[in-house]
Amino acid sequence: MELLTPSPGLVFWTSLTFIILLVILRKYAWPSILRALKVREETISFALEDAKRANEEVEMMEQQRKKIKEEARKERDLILKEARRMKSEILAEAQDTARAETQRMLEKAGRDIEKQRKDAMLEIRNTIGQLSVEIAEKILKEELSGEDKHKKVINSYLSEINFN
Amino acid sequence: MKKELLIFFLLLSGITAQASAVDPGKEEPMDAFGLIMEHISDSHQWHVIDYTNRRGYPVHINVPLPVILWHNNSLWFYTSGDFYHGNHPLPLGDDYVILRDEHFFITGQEGVLKTDEAGNIINASPLDFSITKNVASMLMSMALLLLIFLSAGKAYARYGMAPPKGFRGVLEPIILFVRDDVARSQISKDKADKFVPFLLTLFFFIWINNMIGIVPFFPGGSNLSGNISFTATLAVFSFLVINVFAVKDYWKHIFLAPGMPFLIRFLLVPLEFIGILTKPFALMVRLFANITAGHIIILSLISIIFIIKSIYIAPVSILLSLVMFMLELLVAVLQAYIFTLLTALFIGMSTTKSEH
Amino acid sequence: MEAISFTAVGLGLIVLGAGIGIGKIGQAALEAMSRQPEMSSKIQTVMIVAAALIEGVSLFAIVVAWLVD
Repeated sequence: MELLTPSPGLVFWTSLTFIILLVILRKYAWPSILRALKVREETISFALEDAKRANEEVEMMEQQRKKIKEEARKERDLILKEARRMKSEILAEAQDTARAETQRMLEKAGRDIEKQRKDAMLEIRNTIGQLSVEIAEKILKEELSGEDKHKKVINSYLSEINFN
Repeated sequence: MKKELLIFFLLLSGITAQASAVDPGKEEPMDAFGLIMEHISDSHQWHVIDYTNRRGYPVHINVPLPVILWHNNSLWFYTSGDFYHGNHPLPLGDDYVILRDEHFFITGQEGVLKTDEAGNIINASPLDFSITKNVASMLMSMALLLLIFLSAGKAYARYGMAPPKGFRGVLEPIILFVRDDVARSQISKDKADKFVPFLLTLFFFIWINNMIGIVPFFPGGSNLSGNISFTATLAVFSFLVINVFAVKDYWKHIFLAPGMPFLIRFLLVPLEFIGILTKPFALMVRLFANITAGHIIILSLISIIFIIKSIYIAPVSILLSLVMFMLELLVAVLQAYIFTLLTALFIGMSTTKSEH
Repeated sequence: MEAISFTAVGLGLIVLGAGIGIGKIGQAALEAMSRQPEMSSKIQTVMIVAAALIEGVSLFAIVVAWLVD
């Protein structure tokens, strides 16, 4: 029973002590301790955040580098492909041109030959005519008798000299 | 290691046995209950040691403590040695005062105490504001706490950013534990930090007094945190903090019990109202009972040696009490933690706005 | 003598009840912790609070028994 009866003296001193402790520690001890702990925690979390951000940046740069590399490769491929295409195009064009030129030259040669042939024919005709006239003159000069016979001979000559 | 411990205890028991062998006969039967009661209750002097000197006279070394009495609207100061030496009453204004079983009684000049049929003293008592053993030990704990935390505070203000060194390294995890796992986990986020200084002070005050109570020799051994006055005062502080900072919802919840049928409300409101008082009451009784029980068990285990009067029981008894001391170290911090945790829990309950 | 023995029986019952209650809390907490080790610190806090509440009630009863005695 004695143990369960509060004594006013001890209650008073306990209250006084606790209030003094609370007031003094609250004013002079806890704020600086708690503030220091908080500041340190924040600093650490900031540092961690910074490190994370730096890491992310490095990662991003790495990715960018990769992307650029990939792009360069693609561009190179594209250029090569283009070059190949252009090469074949040029080749084909050159071939076409060459073929056309050959054709043209052949045609020209054909035309020249034809023209020369025609000229030659004309000349031959002229020459034949002259010759015929000369022959006829000769014949006329030599043989004026037997006109029919002569005529026959001339005709046979002429038919013999058929150039076509 | 274990072997060494055993040898140590055997040596220790040998010393005890020698001491009791030197003691001449004429032994009274041991009053274990009285001894235990004397150790766990308050006293007006601080007992240091008793021994028998070379000439065979028993020597009691006690530290006298100041006695402060409030009588007839004035304070009276004495030293407790005057009351213990010789049993004559000391003048207190027009009356006289005498100390009997650690209580002051107002008497006439002859110091006669009147008793009723049951043997209880019916004399009036002055209000006793003495610096008793418990108060002295509490003042010592206050000095210790101020020394520790003011220096720690200064150190933190100066080297706050550096990792904690030395004693701060011990304090810091505990402070962080109280802040994070007691305050912030029980009280809502925005309000928790306001109560952290109170909870920290409460925790360390209870803890250091529990620890001082465990120390078995002179500047310790007071059963302060196992004293109902001490625990009641702290419970009243908890009660005040819980209810002064309570929000409107808390009171509404208690007195209106929203969302309940009328009849249940009729039952619930008185229960809730009693709950306001039983919470700090439970805090008070828990701390008192745990610490007192620990002291009683340790003292009983030691007393076994003197009751059985055999040296062979001493190693067993000392080993058991060593185990109990270990347990008490745990209980000292556990009870401080539970007191603080439950206070935080109740603060959390009273400061949270309810959802419904 | 009879009154004292009744109080003693009552105290025994109180201790029995509190022991069973706290034991069950400990059991449940251990099971929960082994099932979800990552929640142990939270479970521990709740366990201590619940045990403390039971202890409070039993101490209350012990004090009442003491006062009645």
